[in-house]
Parts: sequence; C-alpha cells; structure tokens
Amino acid sequence: MKPAPFAYLRPRTLEEALEALAANEGAKVLAGGQSLVPLLSMRLAAPGMLVDINALPDLGAITVADDGVRVGALARHAAVLADEGARRVQPLLGKALRHVAHPTIRNRGTTVGSIVHADGAAELPAVLRLLDGWVEVASVAGRRTIPAAELFVGPLESSLRHDEIAVSATFPGLRAAEGVAFDEVARRHGDYAMCGVAALVRTEGKQVVAARAAYLSVEDVPTVVDLTAALADGVDTASLAAAGELALAHLEPVADLHASAAYRAQLVRVLTRRVVEAAHADALTRQGVAA
Amino acid sequence: MTEELHEIRLHVNGTSYALTVPGRRLLSDALRHDLGLTGTHVGCEHGVCGACTILVDGAPMRSCLMFAVSAVDAELTTVEGLADADGSLGPVQQAFLECHGLQCGFCTPGFLTTITAGLRDNPRPTHAEAREMVAGNLCRCTGYQNIVKAVERAAELGAGR
Repeated sequence: MKPAPFAYLRPRTLEEALEALAANEGAKVLAGGQSLVPLLSMRLAAPGMLVDINALPDLGAITVADDGVRVGALARHAAVLADEGARRVQPLLGKALRHVAHPTIRNRGTTVGSIVHADGAAELPAVLRLLDGWVEVASVAGRRTIPAAELFVGPLESSLRHDEIAVSATFPGLRAAEGVAFDEVARRHGDYAMCGVAALVRTEGKQVVAARAAYLSVEDVPTVVDLTAALADGVDTASLAAAGELALAHLEPVADLHASAAYRAQLVRVLTRRVVEAAHADALTRQGVAA
Repeated sequence: MTEELHEIRLHVNGTSYALTVPGRRLLSDALRHDLGLTGTHVGCEHGVCGACTILVDGAPMRSCLMFAVSAVDAELTTVEGLADADGSLGPVQQAFLECHGLQCGFCTPGFLTTITAGLRDNPRPTHAEAREMVAGNLCRCTGYQNIVKAVERAAELGAGR
C-alpha cells in the first residue's frame, strides 16, 4: 500500500461533499482517480482527506442541446465517447476522446476530472480551451462559471478554489460552416502525447475566415493560437507550412525526457499542417463543398 | 495516530465479502491480501501495465487505480470469476491454452478480463480490432502474436455470446 494515509469520505449528497471541502483545506476530490491515484501511490501528492464523489446522484449526465454538450462530473470518458448526440453536436469530442489513454482507463476516468486536473499534456483541456467552453463549479458559497480561457493557470493547476467541485463542463457545439480535427504523436499507443493539436476552421465557400488551433503537451498549459492570417489566401502546402511557423511564433515548446524542444517544434509544424488541413476538409465536407 | 479503518462489503464473483480496510487500501491489494483472490496480479501499480485489470460492473478497469472503499457499490469480476460454473475453463481461457497465449502468466489475468469484456462488446472482431482490444495490456515474454490469435480463437469459441 503506497499512498500516504488520508481521511476518506463518501458523501451521498453534493451539499455534504461541499461542506467537507470547505472544512478541510487539504482535501481533494476523488472522481475517476485515473490521474489522482497514481499521484497518491507515487506520493507526489498526499492530501489529508479524499472526498469521493462517486456516490453522488445526478452528476453522471451528458446533456445534449443544439448549442452544446454539457458533461456531468461523473460522466466517464467512455460514456461521452459512446454518446452519439454528443459526437453529433460537437464532433471534436469523439475525435479527441479516442486518443485519451486506453479504453480501460476511459471506463473509469472522467472528462470533467481530466479538465480540472489541468494537465498540459491531456487532450480534453485543450479541446475545452479551443472551443471556448466552460466549467460550472459549486461550493458552499454558491455556484460560478469559469471560462476555459481562465481555467488553466499553470502546470496541473486550475483556477478552482480548494473548496470547489467542478460539477460540469460545457463544450459549445459545432456551428454552420465549421470543421474540426484532432491528432497527436505519442511514443507508444495510448501514452501521453509529445505533441497534440486540435483545430477549428470556419469557412465561407472554400475560403478560410477563421482558423484556430489548440496545442497540448507543447507548453505546461493548453495553448490556443489564431492561425487565420496564414490561411486567408487559401489552404495549400505553402500556407499550411506558414500556419505551422505562425503557431511556433506563439509557442515555447518545453523539453523533457520524452522529447526535446526542437523535436516538439517539428511536431508542431507537422501536426499543424495535418490537423488544420483535416479541419478545413471537414468544414467543406459538412457543407457539401468539394475540397 | 491510529489510522481510521472502514468496514465495507465488496461484491466479487457473486460473493459478498466483509472487510475492514484503511481508505488508502488499493482495490488490487484488497482483492489479493484481504480476500485472498491472488489471481489479480499487480505489476506497475500506476495504471500502465494492465495486469490488475478486473471487471467493474462488467467494464474493464484497473484495480490498482481504485480504492477498495470506492468499490462498495459495484459488482466486481476477477479472473477467478471467469471459469465456467463447473470449474472448467471459460472460452477466453480455453483460447489462451489452445493458442499458447501465455508463458509466465503474470499478465494473463488482465488480458483475460479485458478480452472477456471486449468480446462481449464486439463478438466478431476484425484482426485490427483484436489487436486494439489488447493494446492497453503489456506482456513482456509471450509476445502479442499468440495473444491476438487467442482473441480471435475466443471469438470462434463464442466468448462474446
């Protein structure tokens, strides 16, 4: 048994959970635990209390409306990936979720937990950031909404306060004339990516009127770059290469055990070209325009 | 300070067990040490290797990434629960035997549980799907060729039906 001792609470109501968090500054929320439990077992984290939210009612819902997909705190990655309505309203969810670890991990890990864990190498924080989504958080003081742009403040650090639980995340839906794509490069299938890119392209006819890409595992936090300027005159080999260089002008790739900064920069070039081209083709296909 | 203990019940392979554990007892350790169900193997203990995979309400999950106290509401199936009622090998186990899908056997319980659930979801996998089904489990000695053959043989034996 490797985790350090902690007090364990398995509340049956959200109010009970929030009161426990408010009363214990060192408490952490346990949902799927697929990131938290390894951190505990390696003793990289040793919270004094775990508040296990798995027995709370109503937090597993995936609610699909035309303007977006709201994912409850206990919805597992596998459930979101299997939800046809969610994939239809925001296809980027399906495209990105199948890159999240292995199916066995996705059976337990939660989408909202992955977001507020705020790992710069994870897929869903980058997706929420690209789509300008938000999380709803609750505490004994009430509820508030945190936009993705204000959520990821540092490596493994979100802007949630210690007494708050993220009860849902909302991913805005794909709008008319938009296309999305996702790809990443990892050393081993299912591992953390060394670089991943999610792209959202909006077109008028074949013309790109907006193009943004979110980068994961390049910096310590998911980073969005506006690539519209590089693609305004058309999507071809030269403009896609220019988009990669434009992205790099806004990024400072980190170096670690898995990849040097120079290699990550090369992955940014390659994946920007690949993913932006795919998102552009996706936008055209959805409008019935030949690429 | 004496560590707080929790009296819980776990439901494993159709049997209900009472046990007393600290909050930090990993489910994998509870199965092995508290319940004596040592068929579940513990390799990396951080969710990578897949040896500890069990079925939680029918879905494969890493028992090393769950706490026993968090599994009280679930129906758990370990490798001990995969044999047929008369004690003979289940179809996935039979396929591993026929295809030489194991050598040392350390990783095998995790493969058996994963494939049991995988074939239930997809009883007739293509070769690519059979490979994908075991992609989250590591084997360091048998090699994957015979394990993938075992997935396909288990499908022939009707493991998913």
